[in-house]
Amino acid sequence: MDDKTIERHIIAVLVDNEAGVLARVIGLFSGRGYNIESLTVAEVDPRNARSRITVVTSGTPQIVEQIKAQLDRLVPVHKVSDLTEEGEHVARELALVKVRGSGDRRVESLRIADIFRAGVVDSTARSFVFEITGSTDKIDAFVRLMEPLGLVDISRTGIVAIARGEKPI
Amino acid sequence: MAKDKLTGSEIVLKVLAEEGTEVVFGYPGGAVLPIYDALFKQKTIRHILVRQEGGAVHAAEGFARSTGKVGVVLVTSGPGATNSVTGLTDALMDSIPLVCLTGQVPTHLIGNDAFQEADTTGITRPCTKHNYLVKSVDDLARQVHEAIYVATHGRPGPVVVDLPKDVLQALADHGPAPRREAHKSYRPQTRGKQDAIDRAMDLIAAAKRPIFYTGGGVINSGPRASRLLGELVRKTGYPITNTLMGLGAYPATDRQFLGMLGMHGTYEANLAMYHCDVMVCIGARFDDRVTGKISEFSPHSKKIHVDIDPSSINKNVLVDLPIVGDCATVLAQMLKRWDEKKYRPDTKALAKWWQSIDGWRKRNCLAYEHSGTVIKPQYALERLQALTAGKDVYFTTEVGQHQMWAAQFLKFDRPNRWMTSGGLGTMGYGLPAAIGVQVAHPKALVIDVAGEASILMNIQELSTAAQYRMPVKVFILNNQYMGMVRQWQELLHGGRYSESYMASLPDFVKLAESFHGVGLIAEKPSDVDGVIAEMLKVDRFVIADIRVDQTENCFPMIPSGAAHNQMLLGPADKAARPISEEGMVLV
Ligand SMILES: Cc1cc2nc3c(=O)[nH]c(=O)nc-3n(C[C@H](O)[C@H](O)[C@H](O)COP(=O)(O)OP(=O)(O)OC[C@H]3O[C@@H](n4cnc5c(N)ncnc54)[C@H](O)[C@@H]3O)c2cc1C
Ligand SMILES: Cc1ncc(C[n+]2csc(CCOP(=O)(O)OP(=O)(O)O)c2C)c(N)n1
Ligand SMILES: [Mg+2]
Repeated sequence: MDDKTIERHIIAVLVDNEAGVLARVIGLFSGRGYNIESLTVAEVDPRNARSRITVVTSGTPQIVEQIKAQLDRLVPVHKVSDLTEEGEHVARELALVKVRGSGDRRVESLRIADIFRAGVVDSTARSFVFEITGSTDKIDAFVRLMEPLGLVDISRTGIVAIARGEKPI
Repeated sequence: MAKDKLTGSEIVLKVLAEEGTEVVFGYPGGAVLPIYDALFKQKTIRHILVRQEGGAVHAAEGFARSTGKVGVVLVTSGPGATNSVTGLTDALMDSIPLVCLTGQVPTHLIGNDAFQEADTTGITRPCTKHNYLVKSVDDLARQVHEAIYVATHGRPGPVVVDLPKDVLQALADHGPAPRREAHKSYRPQTRGKQDAIDRAMDLIAAAKRPIFYTGGGVINSGPRASRLLGELVRKTGYPITNTLMGLGAYPATDRQFLGMLGMHGTYEANLAMYHCDVMVCIGARFDDRVTGKISEFSPHSKKIHVDIDPSSINKNVLVDLPIVGDCATVLAQMLKRWDEKKYRPDTKALAKWWQSIDGWRKRNCLAYEHSGTVIKPQYALERLQALTAGKDVYFTTEVGQHQMWAAQFLKFDRPNRWMTSGGLGTMGYGLPAAIGVQVAHPKALVIDVAGEASILMNIQELSTAAQYRMPVKVFILNNQYMGMVRQWQELLHGGRYSESYMASLPDFVKLAESFHGVGLIAEKPSDVDGVIAEMLKVDRFVIADIRVDQTENCFPMIPSGAAHNQMLLGPADKAARPISEEGMVLV
């Protein structure tokens, strides 16, 4: 039972959208030495003032269990759901990728963006900003291909995720 | 109609009164002057003026632990709030229900480095169960009610409510919001899952070498939990051990009680933990002072763990059968199941188990060398126990060797009679805690078993005791050393006593007198009984300066990092050469 393998988990946390709630969650991770690979947060239910935090973390099974129990005991937390453990889910990230260049490199970046179904959301004579969504792997691959083509800036949301099927969190 | 309106300050007091608060421990300052003004104009809530905010928090802890009620603290912004941080952390570690109201600069100045501004919610976030910054007088009543609900429900803990001065002075259009029982997100689970209870009782009934290991959660759960625990333990006939925080949950004078376990626990309790086949942990959290070396902790047992906080389960030790729930509720469920299934313990196996335990008991691990010339600290405590037995008495402690000896030599037969700082180990806890206990139990005998180093950390609270004529007794086991530090230096650092000698100690008799109390001194064993008798007779606060052996060490001891079966039983055992279990049994 004393399993030392490190697993990556996507955890969804439904919280009251009140002052300090994000600080509580982040403080929990830093104070107890847990990993945060990515964390996203936004209000999802304005009527009840609820936000959803998606956090990607890693640790041994015992640590991951602790992380969930520690999150769940925070007072403004309504629900903690381990999407990785609970079955199939969809995980997506959005990235805005700025590429600067001209000539062939500029054309090539457009061509690759097309393959990846990345849209152009800003363009100047010397640059594009691409918008791409997808799995982390897909975005990583896109970014890698853009690097030699003049990648200068990148902004990523981190993962948002939801369980497949009809059941809500 | 301004007359129907209440100010924020009045709302705070009204909500506290509605929640049954009778007393607030506090210290005034600019940001909370409006509350102090409202306090002045009413009679429902009593205010106890401490001498440092840290004292207010510990006093509230003592009040809470000895009554089962929430302790309420009121301090000003900035330094008032930061002075309370140690006490809040202490209460968080030991699961004590507190509400600490802190003043704050007016909302429009927050973030401006205003006079006596501190980011109180930021500073206290990691050391509270929850905290609030009240931004509008319209939220005030709800948030104070909620704070009390959160502090007292589930695993208890401290809650801070930060109150900007303008909110305290604002008028609310309507009266305070009514109290709502249910919190919108915080609803701890109190009933254990029935299938887990069923499986647990199967396991318990079939055990051959069982032990109950119970802790502070039983005290938190209320006196009913202790009663039910007693019932279950007696029905099964199984042995039971308590943590430092659990002392009193089961009568210490009962034969089935093995004493405290852990680093300074008894030989029999620790060996029973090591050799058991079924461990029933109820309201304890597998603290490292209890488990010793994790990989060798009770290696042969199935472990059942009852706890209201799921984060306590599988945190340090992986258990086989977790039960999330409140101790009293789960114990009632367990007893019901035991009776329904007409379980009977395996008497033959149990008799053999008790035989082993009685063998370990015969080792008499708390024995010490008596002396006719110097007072042994253990002797002083034995006499204190003997001369206070049967009285309506509450004990608090400071932190150090004296605390451990108190845990070993005082006998608690009831819950809520023992207040000590376990998780944080805060020197300076005992005196203010005793004051809090005395406020709750004005007629009772309240004794702080202290060390001469610890007592100086909150000595100013003698002035509080004097002001309210509180006859608390400070029983100092004065070894002129930070004894616990000295012990570790002796055992682990080659006897290099770096900075652990308490030079230039005050004259405690004169010190007591200067605070309008009584000071007594005992220098030889034959003085002890007389000093205790005199201490109990005086109806003012007393400092009894008991000059004890300077070099006595606290045994048994599991050196940190060692396992339960590697205890040091006395000065003869060397830390560098931990004696094997067989060796110890043979002594
Ligand atoms: C110098 C020093 C030496 C020490 N040596 C020892 C030692 O030798 N032995 C020892 O035991 N301790 C010792 N301690 C204390 C130790 O550090 C811990 O504080 C203590 O062991 C914890 O006790 P506990 O497990 O009962 O948990 P507590 O801190 O009392 O926690 C209570 C547990 O019960 C749960 N709980 C709370 N309310 C409820 C409820 N209503 N229902 C169900 N569960 C609930 C909580 O979630 C928590 O898990 C020492 C401390 C100091 C300062
Ligand atoms: C606030 C604080 N500072 C430091 C410590 C570390 N510490 C633990 S016990 C101890 C010595 C206590 O000395 P004393 O009160 O005389 O008790 P004794 O061990 O001698 O009985 C110290 C310094 C602590 N527990 N709390
Ligand atoms: Mg000392």
